[in-house]
Amino acid sequence: MEAAAAPEMQPAGDELLIVDNVRKYFPITRGIIFQKEIASVKAVDGVSFSIKPGETLGIVGESGCGKSTLARCIVRLLDSTDGRIIFEGRDITNLSRPAMRPVRREMTMIFQDPYASLNPRKRVGFIIGEPLEVHGLGSDAEIKRRVQELLEVVGLNPEHYNRFPHEFSGGQRQRIGVARALAVNPKLIVCDEPVSALDVSVQAQILNLLKDLQDDFGLTYIFIAHDLNVVRHISDRVMVMYLGKTAEVASRDLLYSEPKHPYTGALLSAVPIANPDIGRQREAIVLEGDVPSPVNPPSGCHFHPRCPRFVEGHCDVEDPPLYSFGNGHIAACHYALERWPMTADEMRRAGTRTTEQPESEQPEQLPA
Amino acid sequence: MALLDVKDLRTSFRTEDGIVKAVDGVSFSVEKGQTLGIVGESGCGKSVTCLTIMGLNPKRNTITSGEALWKGQDLLTMKPSALRQIRGGEISMIFQDPMTSLNPVHTIGRQLEEAILLHRDVTKKSARARSLELLKAVGIPHAEQRIDDYPHQFSGGMRQRVMIAMALINDPDLLIADEPTTALDVTTQAQILSLMKRLQDEFGSAIIMITHDLGVVAEIADDVEVMYAAKVVEQAEVHDLFNRPQHPYTWGLMGSLPRLDADVERLTQIPGQPPSLLRPPAGCRFHPRCPYVMEVCKTTEPQLVATQRDAEHLQACHLDEETKEREAAKLLAATMAETG
Repeated sequence: MEAAAAPEMQPAGDELLIVDNVRKYFPITRGIIFQKEIASVKAVDGVSFSIKPGETLGIVGESGCGKSTLARCIVRLLDSTDGRIIFEGRDITNLSRPAMRPVRREMTMIFQDPYASLNPRKRVGFIIGEPLEVHGLGSDAEIKRRVQELLEVVGLNPEHYNRFPHEFSGGQRQRIGVARALAVNPKLIVCDEPVSALDVSVQAQILNLLKDLQDDFGLTYIFIAHDLNVVRHISDRVMVMYLGKTAEVASRDLLYSEPKHPYTGALLSAVPIANPDIGRQREAIVLEGDVPSPVNPPSGCHFHPRCPRFVEGHCDVEDPPLYSFGNGHIAACHYALERWPMTADEMRRAGTRTTEQPESEQPEQLPA
Repeated sequence: MALLDVKDLRTSFRTEDGIVKAVDGVSFSVEKGQTLGIVGESGCGKSVTCLTIMGLNPKRNTITSGEALWKGQDLLTMKPSALRQIRGGEISMIFQDPMTSLNPVHTIGRQLEEAILLHRDVTKKSARARSLELLKAVGIPHAEQRIDDYPHQFSGGMRQRVMIAMALINDPDLLIADEPTTALDVTTQAQILSLMKRLQDEFGSAIIMITHDLGVVAEIADDVEVMYAAKVVEQAEVHDLFNRPQHPYTWGLMGSLPRLDADVERLTQIPGQPPSLLRPPAGCRFHPRCPYVMEVCKTTEPQLVATQRDAEHLQACHLDEETKEREAAKLLAATMAETG
């Protein structure tokens, strides 16, 4: 496995969305009248990926890694500090609000909290129909018909048109959120933790619904979640984020069977497995400490203070580029994992061994 | 004699809309050094079960019956002063939300010391030494300095560690953990679970682990109790439960779980919503959502009885044993085949 620097980021032409080195810094200011910026929270710090029509890209990471901020930058709910967002071949990073409006018909969003993301004072019919009204898609009667059709599509009773959100359970509310996102026939739906607030049995209903809708309407999803099981279930490709940066991107099967980044490995080993025969034999790689603050991220590789393979003088100095491992598998690590599964001890040994080696010559095998 | 023996526990709340039976006839026992997992979805009564045992329900509108024998003494009828001595001393509890269960205006050290001083006749100085020792045991870095910090200066995972330290500070015989890792990220969850396992080995405490996550149960529990709509529907040793689940609700839970160790194109979903406990369905409470529903399920409530094969494996379902064995084998084969 040769680790050649610089992943393929050239648009092949058929990508639905290209995110190119997007950054989002939130300023921290001091002073009330004469505000000056003293630092910034680097929520998203240079993330690139592309997504093809009909594909599902899963984005995983722990809280505070910038995945939600990234989602909001993509749909332009936030303006990114740097980088480009190209949707259907068009740079939408700096489009004005009126110019952005037709684009908003093409990309919608499903939010995490089914309780907070629906206006409690509006009826369900209005909530789902509002995007249609805003974009001037049809008369009142047509909108009503469309809303009832949507309610049926997401598995709700069309007669519930006049109910308020509080009359629905969590799972049903999330269905309303899905119907609202579908209303304008978008190409891309950004799902920001759509199932994390739901119980397992209801979570399965929503995941199945999202899959069915994708088959029926040819939707493209960006699916953000912290649950690796859920992401594995729904995604074609997966991106792992750590502290505002891309740690690893690969097809679903590659990422879960041959992770290259030690952080991905630690995440995978930490997921509890619902099978006591398998789960208990496996040794979780327990990372020490907490995710550092994005105000003052560690030097070099952001993951180095917690990494079992940390190599002094290299990882804490040089920020790893995204190395390519073939088949679109890229990872930002100087000392990528050679095999999987691995215990924390094995990771450490391998890391020490490669201290003297340049990053292009990764050991194929460990000494016996 | 079991450490804690709960018999036919029932808890109801009087509300404006009528009486809500939050726990309806739950029995279990916990032995020394053992971990009992209680699984179920939100609103199934798993937290209320433990709050009842600890006497933490509001007196005003709660009706309780049954027995909770702690070393032979009934916790439910005990005088409040005696219960206060046991609570936080012999039995302690870790709550779900580490963000809100610490007092924001006192330092961590002061809150830990308070827990000791309430239960033991020791000097403040030795209480502080003990607090420091526990903070180190749960892996707080620079504990000497951090002991005088306030809760907001700690991250979520660290606050949960402080909660665990507080729960362990009086060497409890039983630790009740109510969704201790739900609010945490997976790497932090792994830290906390391994910490709990290590501390159990060291101190030999029993643990009751309340969770909605079958994965967590599979990792940590010895015995498991599955609850649905205020009742226990299945109870078994952990390997037995995962290898031969006997109740359609347990099958539903396992099938609806996306998992790392198996590839499933489509999750089996449990249709509908959990019922309201104000007016639970007649007969078996799971029947409106059950794919195997029969006429008898709609009228007669199934009892929690042992399976023919194993006296320790209890289940409450009218289906005949043969069908259940077959379905369980099918479910297991589905996940196994896809693993390979």
